[in-house]
Amino acid sequence: MSRLEIDSPKRARIVMEELYKDLERRIESSPPGLCPVDMSRAFLELCHAQTCGKCVPCRIGLGQLNHFIKDVLDGKATMETLDIMEQTALSIMESADCAIGYEAAHMVYKGLIGYRDDYEEHIRNGRCTCTYSQPVPCVSLCPAHVDIPGYIALVREGRYADAIRLIRKDNPFPTTCGFICEHPCEARCRRNMVDDSINIRGLKRVAADFAGEVDPPVCAPSTGKKIAVLGGGPGGLSAAYYLQLMGHQATVYEMLPKLGGMLRYGIPNYRLPKDRLEEDVNAILKTGVEVKHGLKIGQDITIQELRNQYDAVLITIGASTDKKMGLEGEDADGVLSAVQFLRNVGRNEIMDLSGKEVAVIGGGNVSMDAVRTAKRLGAKKVSIVYRRRVADMTALPGEIEGAVAEGIELQTLKAPSSLKVNEANHIEGIYVKPQMVSAIRDGRASIKPTGEEDIYIPCDILIVAIGQNIETRHFEEAGIPIERGKILTKSTGAFENMPGVFAGGDCASGPASVIKAIAAAKVVAANIDEYLGYHHEISCDVEIPEARLDDRTPCGRVNLTEREACERVCDFEGVENCMTEKEAKQEAGRCLRCDHFGYGIFKGGREKLW
Amino acid sequence: MVNLMIDGKQISVKENTTIMEAAAQNGIPIPKLCYLKGINEIAACRVCVVELEGKEKLITSCNNVAEEGMVIYTNSPKVRRHRRTTVELILSQHDCQCVSCARSGNCSLQSVANDLNILDIPYKTMLERQPWDKKFPLIRDSSKCIKCMRCVQVCEKVQGLGVWDVEGTGSRTTVNVAGHKSIREADCALCGQCITHCPVGALRERDDTEKVWNAIEDKNKTVVVQVAPAVRAAWGEELGLKPEEATVGKILDACKRMGADYVFDTTFSADLTIMEEGTEFLKRFTEGELKERPMFTSCCPGWIRFIKSQFPHLVRQLSTAKSPQQMFGAAMKTYFAEKIGVSPEQIYTVSVMPCVAKKGEREMELFYGEYAGHDIDAVITTRELVKMIRSAHIRPDTLEDRASDRPMQQGSGAGVIFGVTGGVMEAALRSAYYLLKKENPPADAFKAVRSPEFQANDGVIEAEFAIDDVKVRTAVVSGLGNTRRLLNRIERGEVHYDFVEVMACPGGCVGGGGQPIHDGEELAFERGQNLYYLDEGAQLRFSHENEDILAMYEEYFEKPMSHKAHMLLHTEHER
Repeated sequence: MSRLEIDSPKRARIVMEELYKDLERRIESSPPGLCPVDMSRAFLELCHAQTCGKCVPCRIGLGQLNHFIKDVLDGKATMETLDIMEQTALSIMESADCAIGYEAAHMVYKGLIGYRDDYEEHIRNGRCTCTYSQPVPCVSLCPAHVDIPGYIALVREGRYADAIRLIRKDNPFPTTCGFICEHPCEARCRRNMVDDSINIRGLKRVAADFAGEVDPPVCAPSTGKKIAVLGGGPGGLSAAYYLQLMGHQATVYEMLPKLGGMLRYGIPNYRLPKDRLEEDVNAILKTGVEVKHGLKIGQDITIQELRNQYDAVLITIGASTDKKMGLEGEDADGVLSAVQFLRNVGRNEIMDLSGKEVAVIGGGNVSMDAVRTAKRLGAKKVSIVYRRRVADMTALPGEIEGAVAEGIELQTLKAPSSLKVNEANHIEGIYVKPQMVSAIRDGRASIKPTGEEDIYIPCDILIVAIGQNIETRHFEEAGIPIERGKILTKSTGAFENMPGVFAGGDCASGPASVIKAIAAAKVVAANIDEYLGYHHEISCDVEIPEARLDDRTPCGRVNLTEREACERVCDFEGVENCMTEKEAKQEAGRCLRCDHFGYGIFKGGREKLW
Repeated sequence: MVNLMIDGKQISVKENTTIMEAAAQNGIPIPKLCYLKGINEIAACRVCVVELEGKEKLITSCNNVAEEGMVIYTNSPKVRRHRRTTVELILSQHDCQCVSCARSGNCSLQSVANDLNILDIPYKTMLERQPWDKKFPLIRDSSKCIKCMRCVQVCEKVQGLGVWDVEGTGSRTTVNVAGHKSIREADCALCGQCITHCPVGALRERDDTEKVWNAIEDKNKTVVVQVAPAVRAAWGEELGLKPEEATVGKILDACKRMGADYVFDTTFSADLTIMEEGTEFLKRFTEGELKERPMFTSCCPGWIRFIKSQFPHLVRQLSTAKSPQQMFGAAMKTYFAEKIGVSPEQIYTVSVMPCVAKKGEREMELFYGEYAGHDIDAVITTRELVKMIRSAHIRPDTLEDRASDRPMQQGSGAGVIFGVTGGVMEAALRSAYYLLKKENPPADAFKAVRSPEFQANDGVIEAEFAIDDVKVRTAVVSGLGNTRRLLNRIERGEVHYDFVEVMACPGGCVGGGGQPIHDGEELAFERGQNLYYLDEGAQLRFSHENEDILAMYEEYFEKPMSHKAHMLLHTEHER
């Protein structure tokens, strides 16, 4: 007679597990703009189905809450309904036995407080103010609104040059973005509902790798208008590109010897090979952009002079100074900011770090760039020192994985407390205060000291990568509004009291991404054009292939592979391998073409010009 | 050319032809509901699904193009099964009380369901009930709406107003007035194009036939009916009459048989409008008032509503002349009332119009001596006229041609073409020529303002005419989206005209929102040709030669733009 038996899952449970995964992916790709009251109802029904049924508040209370929400949605509720709902939700939160009940009620409660307006609108007017605002998720989530389904379809047909032309309508950095874009477009890809998001950035890389040299479109007839663009980073160059296409003459002022800004002097070569960056820069220059190197605004030339010389002035200086930790000894030898460190490497001023120990403070993408660069410069040991956990790092997961694979140490939950500097004023090491994870605040886990003694981490070089600032002083003196260290523009990129001056990119938004700088460039280019009295439109005559009618059967996502870690740490060559054409065709074929199927064909599917 | 197989038939079509069009060209009509060519190709209703060999999922035929080597089944067991389910689902959220629906017998959903022989619906009925202001000339019944989105698209794409929009998300997604407004607050022009493009009975005009029947019943009322030019071009469609059989005389006969005391043809007051508006134009033109901006016609109430809400600063460019409907009403309650010796209060004026906006226009007030009321008391559309004829169980084949009553009997061919885009302009130019030169031009001298096809040249026809040394630059536009584009060009100084005719509905009144509905067909052009044919055969081609008009001036209004004319036949357009 057997006493115990091995638990084997029943078929229903196996299927349920699969459905849970389906639901997870579905929620991940849930479009914004949905009616929050209706979503509350849907969540509540799911929660209610999860109840074990033992306790009254959860078994009955959640159901009653559901009736009330339905009354609200059906226009049968009054304001008193909301009071009863709130009271009931609180009651369940405070009297339910387990999390299934009290957390479910808490979700309803949060909604009652957080979007009470929506509840009230339903009650008062029997109408919902929500609309399906993002019919093509990738295009809506791309800050520059690049026609993603369009170029994916072109890649699938092997029309790579056309894909590049189409991308350039909204983004003149197709190659660069193929390498390093943060790809917010992939976050809510509807393909998640089937299996996994499309590798959109990977397909852009394919277009860039296979297209060969593609000339920019012909510029509109010259308007004779001149625009000064301060800063030759992605924002400034993008704006210059579109202004040229509109027929204006843009002159880019760049203080460093080469163009590209952070793309050249911030992002290491192994992530974005500089010869590939040149492809984008050259195409932009082909439109006739003029460049003046070596002049620094505020030092060599003033904004007032530029205003006198040009019909409009655009400030796109980026965010290129460093944030300080505020610790004593921060100016000692061997302490560098990540911006300075990476810029030196970008200028080929290579430091030899052989045999040295390097510590990098910070958990963002710049920090990853710094550690991986230090490793390539021969450092014996490279550590990231970070106050929080790996899960809290703001760097892209792929960057963290890449660093770890290359042998980087992660010293987490350690907050810098003081620096040890020797008599020769050179850094020797850093004391860190051990931390433990604590309560969630504003959706993020906070930390608190454990009370243990400080730990000493010796280092020969300390790199600080805790953020960047904007050089605002000259602009402030010139009367341009500055707030919290950023240039404060209207949403159009213009200023209230300074007609003809515009700003955009990191210097106005704070440090952000390439694609956001490009998006801002589109805005300011269009508004400068209007300001100058024109209404040029940017379009692209590439014909987009019809959507294919194939069944969309589940198929894995093609991820880009990387060179072996032990090999790649020895050089600065590109780390990531491109897809093959065969892979690209399969991956592009996974696209659900939300521009054709679903709401996209009705509204908001394709902006042919801007 | 692309070769493919549909339902076992090998066919060959031009590239970029949709599967639906390819099938239709080869004698295979695929059922559809939401599809409206060029306007709504959004594959929402899923009724037009077909099977593509080798694929599991059905595809829509309305918005996917035929490709080389496709093998398509439009009526396979799978297609039939799913199409049927889809239609049953639509019916579960549609008020199927067909007998009390304005569109019964002319409803695409009804036809599709009947064709599929749907006798039972296995799904729970769930009707949406939105409140609606039933006094407004445009009525929406949410319980009949099938969310095909045609109204949203027609209003946005064709009429450029965007009165309708999708509202809400999820299962409660619906159609409603855009921007969370009520229909009264929305800048609805009342053109009625959403009604004529609705596949079901979710949109209709306010029914005013009972008001008319009540007036007929009232012994103290003298019911005086006028029938607009465009009505004659379309009323017969619903009664099985051929265009040549469906004369205005038979409409007048029908009205009389239903109990109207006097019946008139609005063509008469169209001629009157020409006298007033033509004179006004020449005055404003020669006084240099139109150097910067043109004078606009004012006979289309949809256009008037549009300009007031969208281009209020241009309102002063409108002709002050009332529309033919209102002029006729004013003449009936004054000149005519005096003639037959009754008080204006006793006169009940009814107009039969191809238009929904006319129901809004009739709210305009009329003050005349002791009388304070309206030029027009009730407006019915062509569709309502047909319903009245039906409910009076008049057999159309028994109708006879009847002349309009005296003394407002005559009507010129120039007045008849008021019902088609370009007609007002052409009529006005014929008389303006006479006023300038004191001799008639050839009647067809201004044919250049006619549209060569439906919505040709984005609905805009430009022409320039020299009458001696006077050069008149004209433009004619129909459709409010086209109108907005034209006005923007005028505003930007890209074009300049002296006189511009605007009609809100594409093709003019013949394509009006009150006309019989033929789902998927645009009949405005053919109906317009019918009016041109009537003009060509008319004995009288010039408004200024209408003897009854001339007599009325002599006896009553003195001359165009006289004080009395100003009081009764003109209006100050309020912004």
